[in-house]
Amino acid sequence: MFSETIELRGHIIDSLILPKVLDQILTHGANFKIGEIKIGQKRADQSFARIEVSAQTSDALDDLILRLRQHGAEVAERRDAQLAPAPADGVFPPEFYVMTNQQTFVRVDGKEIEVRPTMMDTAIAVDRKKRAARAVKFFDVRKGDEIVVGHQGVRVVPVQRATSRTDVFQFINTIVDADEPKSAIIRELAEELRRVRKAKSKIAVVAGPAIVRTGAGQHLVRLIEAGYVDRLFAGNPFASYDVERALFGTSLGISLDLAFARGGRENLMRAVNAIRAAGGIVAAVEKNVLTNGILHACVRNNVDIVLVGSIRDEGSIPGATTDAIEGQKVLREKLADVTHALLLATIRHSLAVASMLAPTVKIVCVDIDASAVERVVEQQPLQSIGMITDVEPFLLELADCLADSRSRE
Amino acid sequence: MRELLLCPPDYYGIEYEINPWMSVARAADTPAAQEQWQHLHATLSQLNCKVHLIAPQPRLPDMVFTANAGLTVGRKFIPSNFRHKERAGEQPFFAKWMEQHGYEVNWLPEKLYFEGEGDALFGGDVLFCGYKFRSDIQSHRALAEMLGSLAVSVELVDPRFYHLDTCFCPLPDGGAFWFPDAFDEYGQRAIREHLTDLIDVAPEEAMHFSCNAVVIEEDIVLPQGAPQLVNKLQERGYRCYQLPMTEFIKAGGACKCLTMFMPQRQALE
Repeated sequence: MFSETIELRGHIIDSLILPKVLDQILTHGANFKIGEIKIGQKRADQSFARIEVSAQTSDALDDLILRLRQHGAEVAERRDAQLAPAPADGVFPPEFYVMTNQQTFVRVDGKEIEVRPTMMDTAIAVDRKKRAARAVKFFDVRKGDEIVVGHQGVRVVPVQRATSRTDVFQFINTIVDADEPKSAIIRELAEELRRVRKAKSKIAVVAGPAIVRTGAGQHLVRLIEAGYVDRLFAGNPFASYDVERALFGTSLGISLDLAFARGGRENLMRAVNAIRAAGGIVAAVEKNVLTNGILHACVRNNVDIVLVGSIRDEGSIPGATTDAIEGQKVLREKLADVTHALLLATIRHSLAVASMLAPTVKIVCVDIDASAVERVVEQQPLQSIGMITDVEPFLLELADCLADSRSRE
Repeated sequence: MRELLLCPPDYYGIEYEINPWMSVARAADTPAAQEQWQHLHATLSQLNCKVHLIAPQPRLPDMVFTANAGLTVGRKFIPSNFRHKERAGEQPFFAKWMEQHGYEVNWLPEKLYFEGEGDALFGGDVLFCGYKFRSDIQSHRALAEMLGSLAVSVELVDPRFYHLDTCFCPLPDGGAFWFPDAFDEYGQRAIREHLTDLIDVAPEEAMHFSCNAVVIEEDIVLPQGAPQLVNKLQERGYRCYQLPMTEFIKAGGACKCLTMFMPQRQALE
């Protein structure tokens, strides 16, 4: 939303100028918020009103303001954002404005421009010539870039909670505890995901290794096969466990069926080696080295796999991004068009992803650790559901709702 | 006794087009215009008022429309800031004349357009002000501050009725006659809220500039062509003088446009 503050002075009540201006704002599809109003006490006393007018586009706002000026509206003086040059590559000037994940506008040369993309924990770099403002991370900034400092001329538009309760995210909020019923919510969530798929919006799944270890992989595979996953984000352990499970039936040596270790970590190392030898996951699927599991399902169903490694990785699966900064860039790029994200059983990856999501993205965070769920939900307080539960029953129930009513195995 | 300011039509003619009535192809008949103006002058002179004349100036054909010179309240004269450059040259002559006649000249900020009594008429203590085509609404606020009065701003929406005095005429009994369609809905409501006894003028009569009338107590001088309005006014006890104004209507003016009150009313307490 673009907005401008106008002021009306004079006999605006007796002349019905105030109601006329407010009516015109609404009939032009814009909105207003009265910031201040002073009504004259005596007959000849003049009145005053300060009104924030907001419209969908900058052009619509300009056009409306032009009309309102005819009725005496004056645009309240607003100051430009203050800019200072970055002192060195990778360094912001002191007092730099720290952006949140809410839609943000900066006023430059008397005109508001939207900061793109919306990104948490960034500074704002302004390009006056291009009339553009972008969110920049430390690694993005170059010496001399003009960076917004202080709060002047910066406007943040928080996501409004919808007044119509149309989906599960509006009537369930925040967190469902471990001892609370979850079936009804999962059914609602399934409905929402059906709508999302129909609208061809993008669903991301951020998957933690517990999915494989608890044996919930088969349910995720059903969701992938039914077309409910567009992009899979994971770390190296998830991928390694999945291929170990696919190749040896174990994860970290623990068999789903026998419940004790046979071979220990050996299987994991051999599985990773097999994928490396095949030339990566896609090649391993094509060469029939990898014939089942979650990653296999992703390759077969054209689901984008985004793997980002960590410091603990022994030897990663080919294709995983191992450079942390590079990893952030890849994540941001792959998350740009996502509208719904299921963050499943991984706190590290979930937090990283949640911090990069636009405030309008709806998230479901499932983890057995209450504090992990709380931390993730905190980042997206108006558009998220947190569930404290083991991921296996969650995925089982969701897959039952969405995948062709296959019986529980 | 009321005092009025008129300007003889020596240089009057249609030399440019700044409202929908004007057409340089449809010139005013000069002898007829002279005769109509003399008729107005004679009619007003015989009423309970004193008529002053300002010397007309060459190349200022519309100076004859003295109502647009400014607004006089008590001993204060607020000169107009004409929107069209064609008329801007009139301003110094009127200001000088008023100053020479003992009025205190109070200037509005230059950037605010205001066309005098043409867009500012008192109905009782309320100053009704028209805006959009000629005067800016911001000028009304400045006027209200200068005069200490309540100014009710009304938007004019029909370009044929580009000044307030072409579609609205307050009466001394607290009422007014007007052509409602010349105002937007809010302007109509604002006028109705401040004046209770309103006489609506029919569209065909409004087109004869019937609202452009000079009211001096019980006497009303108005253009010919409004028999229904005249009947209603007579029923209320007014004496009506219906004058031919055809040559001035060609320029978008009539009796009231040709007359400025000095003052329009006494200063407000």
